[in-house]
Amino acid sequence: MVARVIVTPKPVVNDPQGLTVKQGLASLGFREVSDVRIGKYIEVSLDTTSEHEARQRVEEMCRQLLANHVIEDFKFELVREKR
Amino acid sequence: MLHSENSMKFGVVVFPGTWSDRDCGWVIDQVLGEELIYLWHKDTDLKGCDCVILPGGFAYGDYLRTGAIARFAPIMEQIGEFADKGGLVWGICNGFQVLCEAGLLPGALIRNASLEFRCQWTNLVVERTDLPFTANCTEREVLRVPISHGEGNYFADPATLSRMEQRGQVVFRYADPTGRVLPTANPNGSMHNIAGIVNARGNVLGMMPHPERCAEPELGGTDGLKLFKSVAENALKVLVS
Repeated sequence: MVARVIVTPKPVVNDPQGLTVKQGLASLGFREVSDVRIGKYIEVSLDTTSEHEARQRVEEMCRQLLANHVIEDFKFELVREKR
Repeated sequence: MLHSENSMKFGVVVFPGTWSDRDCGWVIDQVLGEELIYLWHKDTDLKGCDCVILPGGFAYGDYLRTGAIARFAPIMEQIGEFADKGGLVWGICNGFQVLCEAGLLPGALIRNASLEFRCQWTNLVVERTDLPFTANCTEREVLRVPISHGEGNYFADPATLSRMEQRGQVVFRYADPTGRVLPTANPNGSMHNIAGIVNARGNVLGMMPHPERCAEPELGGTDGLKLFKSVAENALKVLVS
């Protein structure tokens, strides 16, 4: 099982990287871009077959380490690995 | 160097990737003449220190987030208990980031608003002089202390920030040379120009600027020494009282 974790800055947190990229896109002519937020993508491979258990464990991983709740939100999906 | 019986014992924590440990150590034992020990991140004992310093650098490479991995080092559990008992804990630069990640201080330090690593002199206005860390400073004194960081942009949610301001937890703010707190004096985008904060109890200090880099005239300034002297001269009084 693989957890695909996405960590993003909370809406109230300034994201200077996102702002800079937004300006870059605008200068390339992508004028429809209204906002850009930059986060992290983390893949965690798990030795487990229970989706329920994996969900609980990855939730715990996110809370304890992968995301900082003061500044970041997280979400994830679980994908079964192809054999 | 000989140490008097009532000298302070400073412990400087070394994580893999810490780089300001020797600078802090130099100030403590060579400039101040106080007792110094280095604490390895795997140590599980603070060896009788009166003040623990978490110095600058890139602990564990700052992987994931600054301080994110360091907070799980074995020594951090002891530091948490020490802080709970009122022991003095002082995080400088990366150490401040570690203390925030560990939840010993509120908020977080994010990427500088400029996206640049900033290495420059700053002026700090001292807003608390009733702490062991700042007791030798005068009210609203301006200290000239250098910064050197890419992630020093202090953030806390509005409720936390207003609670901190009400309790007077902001110790240092970036200011102009006369002590006026202006947006132009803010090098990294920190909320309310925050350069250093203390916990509600006043025994855990975190600051982005580097006092250990301005503790001798040869380094261009001695304002940082004032903070080390404050701790050395006032910590035991505070701890005893």
